Amino acid sequence: MSVQTLPAAGLAEGSRPVLLTDSDHKTVNRLTGLNIGVGIGALTIGLWLGVLQGLEHAGLNWYSYLAPGIKTYYQGLTIHGVLNALTWTTFFICGFFTYVVVNSLKRPLRYPWINMLAFVLMTIGLLLAAYPLFANLATVLYTFYPPMLADWTFYLGLVLLVVGSWVSGYGLYFTYGAWRKENPDATTPFLALGALITMVMWQIATLGVAAEILFLILPSAMANSAFLVGLFPAIANWNTGSDPLLARSLFWFFGHPLVYFWLLPAYLSWYGMMPAQTGGKMFSENLARLVFWLFLLLSVPVGFHHQYADPGIPQAWKILHATWTMSLAFPSLLTAFTVIASLELGARARGGKGYLRWIFKLNWGDPSYAAQNFAMILFAFGGISGITNASYNMNMVVHNTTWLPGHFHLTVGSATTLTFFGILYWLLPKLTGKKLFTKTLALAQAWTWFLGMLLFANGYHLLGLHHGAPRRSMLGDAPYRVAEWTPYLIETVVGVTLLFISATLFFLVVFGTVLSPRSRRLAKPVEMPVAEPLHPGPTPKWLDTWTPWVAGAVALILLSYGPILYQLIRDMQWIPFAPRVW
Amino acid sequence: MSEPRQEPVPETRHEPGGDAPPASDAPSQETLHVDRFEAAWMRIAAAVLAIFFISILVSAFASGFQVPGVYQRIDPTKLYEPGSPFADPGLRELAPGKYEAYIRAQIWSFTPNEIRIPAGSEVTFYTTSQDVQHGIKIQGTNINMMILPGQVSTLKAKFDTPGTYDFVCHEYCGQLHHTMYGQLIVEAEQVAAQ
Repeated sequence: MSVQTLPAAGLAEGSRPVLLTDSDHKTVNRLTGLNIGVGIGALTIGLWLGVLQGLEHAGLNWYSYLAPGIKTYYQGLTIHGVLNALTWTTFFICGFFTYVVVNSLKRPLRYPWINMLAFVLMTIGLLLAAYPLFANLATVLYTFYPPMLADWTFYLGLVLLVVGSWVSGYGLYFTYGAWRKENPDATTPFLALGALITMVMWQIATLGVAAEILFLILPSAMANSAFLVGLFPAIANWNTGSDPLLARSLFWFFGHPLVYFWLLPAYLSWYGMMPAQTGGKMFSENLARLVFWLFLLLSVPVGFHHQYADPGIPQAWKILHATWTMSLAFPSLLTAFTVIASLELGARARGGKGYLRWIFKLNWGDPSYAAQNFAMILFAFGGISGITNASYNMNMVVHNTTWLPGHFHLTVGSATTLTFFGILYWLLPKLTGKKLFTKTLALAQAWTWFLGMLLFANGYHLLGLHHGAPRRSMLGDAPYRVAEWTPYLIETVVGVTLLFISATLFFLVVFGTVLSPRSRRLAKPVEMPVAEPLHPGPTPKWLDTWTPWVAGAVALILLSYGPILYQLIRDMQWIPFAPRVW
Repeated sequence: MSEPRQEPVPETRHEPGGDAPPASDAPSQETLHVDRFEAAWMRIAAAVLAIFFISILVSAFASGFQVPGVYQRIDPTKLYEPGSPFADPGLRELAPGKYEAYIRAQIWSFTPNEIRIPAGSEVTFYTTSQDVQHGIKIQGTNINMMILPGQVSTLKAKFDTPGTYDFVCHEYCGQLHHTMYGQLIVEAEQVAAQ
């Protein structure tokens, strides 16, 4: 960029753009591959356990066949949640963002060792948490509400997983900072900006869960470990108990932005990559930037909409959080328009005509495109049920019923996961240099996931809405189960069967591609799809600046959480942890 | 998809609106250009969300819709002490047709697990937990609360239709969570008119 205008001689050296070399590419590809590989490994186990849960609800309890490896339904449910919702997503996102930021800024990682350290920390965390999960010492579900108490290694593992993801973010910020110094006048490329905003939002949000674990749970968990107390007798005094309401509030401070941490990488691909995969352009790039900034601003101060049914949080606070939650739907509705308009541009460029007939000209034959488009369609339904949950009053009908798993299997289970599958269908050939094994299998995977999830989620939504069947329950054995549930359960079992086929196809595609012989090498390397803006033009300065948006986010958090958290901390009770209940 | 039928609308209709600034007029650094269809959509989206939100406010403030939220703490280690309403929980009649029901939750049962009221009764539920977190949903009603040790959850409802209403625990509370439930029986005899 404008090197000559820089006054300081010392800066001139660093102000030249640093180009990506082959070895830089190799470093980034390896980091991305490692992260994604662990994520997929976790998902392999998590998905198949999910299938068993679906079957159990219909009265087919196959967990007994897994003994003594996995002893109970609830142990399987905990592992399913931790591996799919926390592990697969976090590892994939850290790997994907490392790839996106470097290839979007076209600049090598400033300190590759930071990102390597992040991967190591996250992996140690995962292994540490895996031990109690599989030993049935942490069957507390992925929300681990006190006064249930798991083995201390479970919490320490989660802490390391989160801290590792922070470190991954630091590696990206340093890279961005270096790029900014070298390109003082350039506008941040959209893909890099979106990834960085998501990471910053994540850093803010995870402070809640970090505080919960470090102050309200981990000390007692350590004091309950005979091993640790034997080593350090002094920590026996740390068994203080916990305040369940404060712990829940800190958890949900993190719990809702967590879903945006899952969703925004998918949005990034829908906005900035998918149009290129179907011959389209980004309809309005600047609005896409605005959408990401709005998510930074609004993602956190909304946690009480998960606690509408909680005692001890006055209604006014719940209504305030409902306000922000409704506002948060605005950027998503904007996304619906802009992304569809971008795809329509592509379909028309490919010869599509009519009001709706252009839809058939989208790039449905490409598994990477098709998977993501299906994800988008499923998310439309998930978004609608999400607005229902967020509605202060309607939530009372469906709170903690199977409506909820119905909802989030359309969001994190489809919008996020199916989009990530779609991304992998170009990223795997990119990283391995081999052809996808095979396009047909991958397409079949996308179709079966789409249809399976439609049936599964529909059945759960209706079962929760009409019959109030509770979520997170071993429904196959529940005494209050009635015959009217059966049609919905049959529908979900059909869905689960399709999802089982889909999951199997996914692993076949992944392992087939990675392990396929060298003869399947690509003639020319795949490139990251990057959608061009329809109207390339200057980006307003306020859409490429951090301070006001971060300050605004912090201010909204202080306003929406400050006084009530103060009150909860002031009045907190140290309630003893319960003995093991699983 | 390839029939040559004439479309009623020219293709340009779907292109971004015709109000893009002319090339000579370089867009300002500070303004955000928004396509007119997109701008219309933004207004629609904002209006729809505003309607949703207003309906929430109306239900909360005009129709008196309640969610739990009373700020009332209790010491879960002292639930059995004399004077605690949860030492001997159950139904109490305040006036004809008006009751309060104290329900204690523990692994893996509700105490009491059967409550009988005459049709037309208004019941205020008070519930707390003596151990881990639980939940309660009375099927077919809007009574849906988390039950936390240290907190009392409160909601009120009127029961006009006779029948048996299951109330189930809806927060995971351990190995036999799915067996934790009780029944509210609304009996056909009407509350005596006052």
